[in-house]
Amino acid sequence: MANFKVIGRPIRRFDALSKAVGATIYADDYKMPGMLHGKVLRSPYPSARIVRIDPRRARALPGVVCVLTAADIGYAKMVADIPGQTGQRERPQSETPVLAWDRVRYKGEAVALVAAETEEIAERALELIDVEYEPLPGVFDPLEAMKPGAPIVFEPDNIVARWRIRKGDIEAGFAAADLIIENTYRVPFVEHAYLEPEAGVAWVDERGVINIRVSTQVMEHFRTVARTLGIPQNRVRIQGAFAGGGFGGKEDITVEVFLALLALHTRRPVRLAYTREESILAHSKRHPFIMRYRIGVKRNGRITALQADLIADSGAYPYLSPYVSLYATVMATGPYRIDNVWVDTVAVATNNPFTSAFRGFGGPQPCFAYERQMDDIARALGMDPLEVRQINYLRTGDTTATGQVIQSAVLLEESARRALEALGERTPDHGPIQVGRGFASYFQSYGRLMWLHDTSQAWVGLELDGTVVIRCGAPDPGGGQLSSLCQIASEVLGVPLENVVAYTPDTALTPLAGTTTATRQLYMSGNAVLQAATSIRKTLLERASKYFEEDPDDLDLADGRVFIKRDPDRSMPLPDLVRICAAEGLPLAHLALFKAPFRDPIDPETGQGDVFPDFTFGAFAVEVAVDTETGQIEVLKSAACHDVGRAINPAAVIGQIQGGSHQGLGYALMENLIVENGEIRTPSLSEYLIPTSVDYPTTQVILLESGTGVGPFGAKGIGEPALTPVAPAVANAVVDAIGKPIRELPITPELVLRALGKR
Amino acid sequence: MEPRLITLNINGRSHQVALKSNVTLLRALRDLGYTDVKNGCEKGDCGACAVLLNGRAVNSCLVLAWQADGAEIVTAAGLGTVDHPHPIQEALADSGGVQCGFCIPGIVIAAKALLDRNPHPTEEEIREAISGNLCRCTGYALIVEGIRRVAESRES
Repeated sequence: MANFKVIGRPIRRFDALSKAVGATIYADDYKMPGMLHGKVLRSPYPSARIVRIDPRRARALPGVVCVLTAADIGYAKMVADIPGQTGQRERPQSETPVLAWDRVRYKGEAVALVAAETEEIAERALELIDVEYEPLPGVFDPLEAMKPGAPIVFEPDNIVARWRIRKGDIEAGFAAADLIIENTYRVPFVEHAYLEPEAGVAWVDERGVINIRVSTQVMEHFRTVARTLGIPQNRVRIQGAFAGGGFGGKEDITVEVFLALLALHTRRPVRLAYTREESILAHSKRHPFIMRYRIGVKRNGRITALQADLIADSGAYPYLSPYVSLYATVMATGPYRIDNVWVDTVAVATNNPFTSAFRGFGGPQPCFAYERQMDDIARALGMDPLEVRQINYLRTGDTTATGQVIQSAVLLEESARRALEALGERTPDHGPIQVGRGFASYFQSYGRLMWLHDTSQAWVGLELDGTVVIRCGAPDPGGGQLSSLCQIASEVLGVPLENVVAYTPDTALTPLAGTTTATRQLYMSGNAVLQAATSIRKTLLERASKYFEEDPDDLDLADGRVFIKRDPDRSMPLPDLVRICAAEGLPLAHLALFKAPFRDPIDPETGQGDVFPDFTFGAFAVEVAVDTETGQIEVLKSAACHDVGRAINPAAVIGQIQGGSHQGLGYALMENLIVENGEIRTPSLSEYLIPTSVDYPTTQVILLESGTGVGPFGAKGIGEPALTPVAPAVANAVVDAIGKPIRELPITPELVLRALGKR
Repeated sequence: MEPRLITLNINGRSHQVALKSNVTLLRALRDLGYTDVKNGCEKGDCGACAVLLNGRAVNSCLVLAWQADGAEIVTAAGLGTVDHPHPIQEALADSGGVQCGFCIPGIVIAAKALLDRNPHPTEEEIREAISGNLCRCTGYALIVEGIRRVAESRES
């Protein structure tokens, strides 16, 4: 199948038109007869003791059907560990209270639930729940939180996780250096700001199964719901609606457990939809990091040693902080070959909003630091930024700092060169407007940690008329995951794309396919669909070989026909072949289980081991104009070049890269969730600004296709990687323009003026 | 405050509804089943709830239902269906401008209002016209491209 018919074509996604005409039924568009409206009461304090909770006045309000406090749900706790794993590696201390009872640890923590006949009544009921708080001292800075005597967020101390890399001889590495560059970098909290706030509807069906139709990235949360409620796992069903964006913010549980509790206690359908303010208050954030980097380098540009101390603010509960901080550790060196590495990472609990998964998952923060460092090194050595990187770039067959051998193509040099070339002629400076250029390289994993023993299942079947059904429990939060699965089945079975249907995920109907996180869905479920379709293809060709009296290898499937390759006119319509197979009882459906490589965890003392199935490599380049009088930055041009392995749907890949680039530009220049003493000061989309259509010009996209990834047809993952190199590229461009260092995000006009010594 | 009987003319259908004064047009529309009108913020920040009100694009969360009494309201679903899509909807689907899709009905409305008053907009004018519609997935490029193609195909 070297000449693809469907793979590699920029097809229109099957979900696109339905969304454009407003026909897609999102999580909050679903109505049930007799549906109640849920609401959540949240803590107004970031740190407080709960003296008492009295729901009696709320319960007495006409129209209120149910008020639940922790006492009503058996003081239930929820395991908020990495979801959907089957590797039996759950961490201790990953539990969070479903509803707080003795104390609250962040502003916005859930304290009580209400279900009422109308949303208005539910809102009024919240005001009638009497909660007496005794405010407690809180800790809002990870550095403070590590000091002796700091308020303890949860026992035994505020350390959520520690990771380290010990490779080579760090002392000798620095001793061998001609120059040591040492700096500290800071990045802020960032909000996902998906357009669709969290929402869902739940009901108990005639079998006693709790059905939850919800906007999520993770179907496997049905297990968490069951465990939290103390009911069997086969009594919870999750239906995944098309989600209005996720970006990691819908990886942790959002409304699911609340909905299940309210539906179970009322035995009526219940809807729960967050307002935008509640969404910003209630879900995770990207981790702020403080990163101290020390890099030793020879005069010839060769890096001899890298030491990094990474401190991540975990907020008030662990959630995925242990894993995000691990990713940051593994990717802390950047895509460089360094013999002597020493990394210490710590995730620290505070009374700030909790932090967890966000596109890049700990990759973008260190990328900002190491790529700023690389430019500083180039400047100090009087070398070109690309030249100093070229000397140190990883190559295929090299070993990462965590001891993993890179198997796939490493197109770092080509991607950086191509991205820079795409910027074209340099815009001249004019007056106080200084123009600068910068780029950044990166590596970012795709696929999950290999000790999670990740799997995906897909069922593919042919109907008697030759059409195809795919059942695969892969949530689609907008990336076109399901549409790509259709392309793969269409290619393998030679069925026109319009004759392939993929159902949206539903734990009752679609085999579990794992989470839409970690840039894993094309890799994992793409391979599962490829396996399933290939198995059916084999059945079809073997049967056809008898009919044509030809070897199966001499036959092919395309355009809804089976035919002889050297004589395509000798063919049979696929439906005829399918009916022959069906009549003979041959299997026309296949359930495939795709397994990522399974490995043991890394050595906790040295960080050595195989961590990820593979990595994506690429670069982002940008030209900016900085007004040195006002500090204002204008993005003039930008270009992204990534080796995506194989672009299954180039239109979707370009869209992912442009979207990721835009999120990265927002991270670089405007996005800053301001948190003061545990309180979010930017709780709306008019205060927390994300890029609009007039902020940045179109990012040029250059696709490289090495065909060497571990995904179907050699694809690599691109969802998360698209964002990772953007912010450091912008920072490098600003530094190039103003000649002063930038070591924090976002790069606001105030920051620029401070860097210029004008403030 | 007592409910008042008002008439909402939505996508060519007339609805008589009794609503209190504080009910927004967004809430009224969604309660009537026009769920293509998306609730992204209820503060006028995101544009996901945009509709045409007597031909003008407005954020329906910033309009009270009473203010729309008797007015002609058109939502994205009123412009086209899967079987008979509006050219803007078709172009956005074709260009790859639709990812999660939650912002798209509002963008369709903004684009319709733009092309009605300016059939041949520049890229800058397209960007300006949808600047009140937030999208977190696409970086806007393929959305702008889709709208540009509609304008272009009208020229020919």
